[in-house]
Amino acid sequence: MTEATLETGPVPASGAPPHPIVEFWRYFRGNPGAVGGLVVILAVLLLAVFADVVAPHSPVVTDQNAFLKPPVWQEGGSWTYPLGTDAIGRDMLSRLIHGARYSLVIGLAVVAISVLLGVVLGLIAGFAGGIVEIAIMRLMDIVLTMPSLLLAIVIVAILGPGLMNAMLAVAIVVLPHYVRLTRAAVLTELARPYVTAARVAGAGTLRLMFRTVLPNCMAPLIVQASLGISTAILDAAALGFLGLGAQPPAPEWGTMLADAREFVLRAWWVVTLPGIMILVTVLAFNLLGDGLRDALDPKLKR
Amino acid sequence: MLRFVLTRVSLVVPTFIGVTLLAFVLIRLVPGDPIETMAGERGIDPERHARLLREYGLDQPVLVQYGIYIGRVLRGDLGKSIVTSAPVIEEFATLFPATIELALCAVIFALLLGLPAGVVAAVRRNSIFDHGVMTVSLAGYSMPIFWWGLLLILLFSVKLGLTPVSGRIDLLYYIEPVTGFLLVDSLLSDQEGAFFSALSHLVLPAIVLGTVPLAVIARMTRSAMLEVLGEDYIRTARAKGLSPLRVVGLHALRNALIPVVTVIGLQVGVLFTGAILTETIFSWPGVGKWLVESINRRDYPVLQGGILLIGTVVMAVNLVVDVLYGVINPRIRHTR
Repeated sequence: MTEATLETGPVPASGAPPHPIVEFWRYFRGNPGAVGGLVVILAVLLLAVFADVVAPHSPVVTDQNAFLKPPVWQEGGSWTYPLGTDAIGRDMLSRLIHGARYSLVIGLAVVAISVLLGVVLGLIAGFAGGIVEIAIMRLMDIVLTMPSLLLAIVIVAILGPGLMNAMLAVAIVVLPHYVRLTRAAVLTELARPYVTAARVAGAGTLRLMFRTVLPNCMAPLIVQASLGISTAILDAAALGFLGLGAQPPAPEWGTMLADAREFVLRAWWVVTLPGIMILVTVLAFNLLGDGLRDALDPKLKR
Repeated sequence: MLRFVLTRVSLVVPTFIGVTLLAFVLIRLVPGDPIETMAGERGIDPERHARLLREYGLDQPVLVQYGIYIGRVLRGDLGKSIVTSAPVIEEFATLFPATIELALCAVIFALLLGLPAGVVAAVRRNSIFDHGVMTVSLAGYSMPIFWWGLLLILLFSVKLGLTPVSGRIDLLYYIEPVTGFLLVDSLLSDQEGAFFSALSHLVLPAIVLGTVPLAVIARMTRSAMLEVLGEDYIRTARAKGLSPLRVVGLHALRNALIPVVTVIGLQVGVLFTGAILTETIFSWPGVGKWLVESINRRDYPVLQGGILLIGTVVMAVNLVVDVLYGVINPRIRHTR
């Protein structure tokens, strides 16, 4: 045996099973799509964190002498505005960079709200049973019956347009997925002996819920949450596009597209670029989610 | 069998009541009084204001309003639009065929491309074609379709001048509504060029609306086919010397279609979400655009009736899919 084969051999010499995180990383690393998605997300994250440093201009300051300037490689473009300017002379590149903040915050906040609410409601439904369970699950069925965007629009119409309300609306719309997942997982776990053992040992209901059962329901929730970020970004951008999400002059990508609609005939860059950013970011989160699912789902492991 | 159907139907009833409650309560929560909103900045004198409130039943206690509402809904009366004074149900009936026509064409587009792509990707697993289909469909699944629509307009309407930008048909034509589907009605009307005009208006919106379902169908078909192709009876069919086309097309695809059909049925809600955006981009006169406009105008009865009607349609389709699935697959029928 040569040294090379020894080094690349996948099985560790010791008999102990690898730490779960090490094992997870080994599966995850083997999926080029997921790793690519992770790289893109990290890049977008860096752009968002250092937006003030990276962006050449302010995202909201207008230049009276540069309305709808084309990108640098096109006739009439200049290095002052590498990706051109919008209809009132704001730098496209800077707005796109600052838009990363909005999308990431939206995605993470929406998922955080819906996971928290969904886990609590799912745990209650699973533990309480009876009329409480029926009430919660029927309510979730109603939310699921309505087309998601329609329901989100109605909620925004009630609360009033704006970024916070749009995030809340999207969080409510995606809530049933987390409630159902948590409840299903809780019902499976409750039938297991270790739960009975904990109960016999004198664990209270709250301890049973959060310390005993919940950690064992995490895998499907993590997968759903990472896929949920992409849905959240898409839905919030759609609301922005309909004028119900982040309000101008906020450089949110969907809102930018709404402003750009009327210039579709004259300035392709104000229409094309924000959409590319949405597509790439959403795609990256979907790739990451797929990778997480493959790595975390024991049924798919070979 | 009858018991299975009845159980499924009875499960829908509480959901339906819930949707009426939702439609009713949500609209009452909207800030601002609809009469004042309609009057706008001009204002309105108190006497007229009170008379209009009474006329629309908005002066009653909320519970009474709900009781009256339910009674009317059960008689098929969904009230009148505050803006146009036309009965909501009539407005819906006029606009709904446009949405159905768009949605049907979108699904047909998605099926025509998605099924073969999924089948070939499964048969040629891990080939370049397979990776291509999976990549494209993931991109389609991640697509912000409101942007996709603008992009296609930019390319086909602005750059190439091939398709119109908005509407269902050129204003030159007057088409007598028979079926409500312009593709059919324009043929029946016998006017030269009318069918082509209707078709060219439909192509881009149908592609835009069909993109997400296309991605879902392609992925679903591929994974269902992969599962079926590993079954013993497929090996038997191959061993018997049947042609590969016959094995894949007849033996495998038939069983692979069951989950695919279910997914298509469950896509109705997704399709409607897409229709709201697609109709807004292309000024397509369907119920999606109608509802978005009703929100901007604070036209409560339209919003309320629209939510209820669309919720009902989605529920009905889901129920039909559910029952059909039980009919096709006895294992589902006997689990409850």
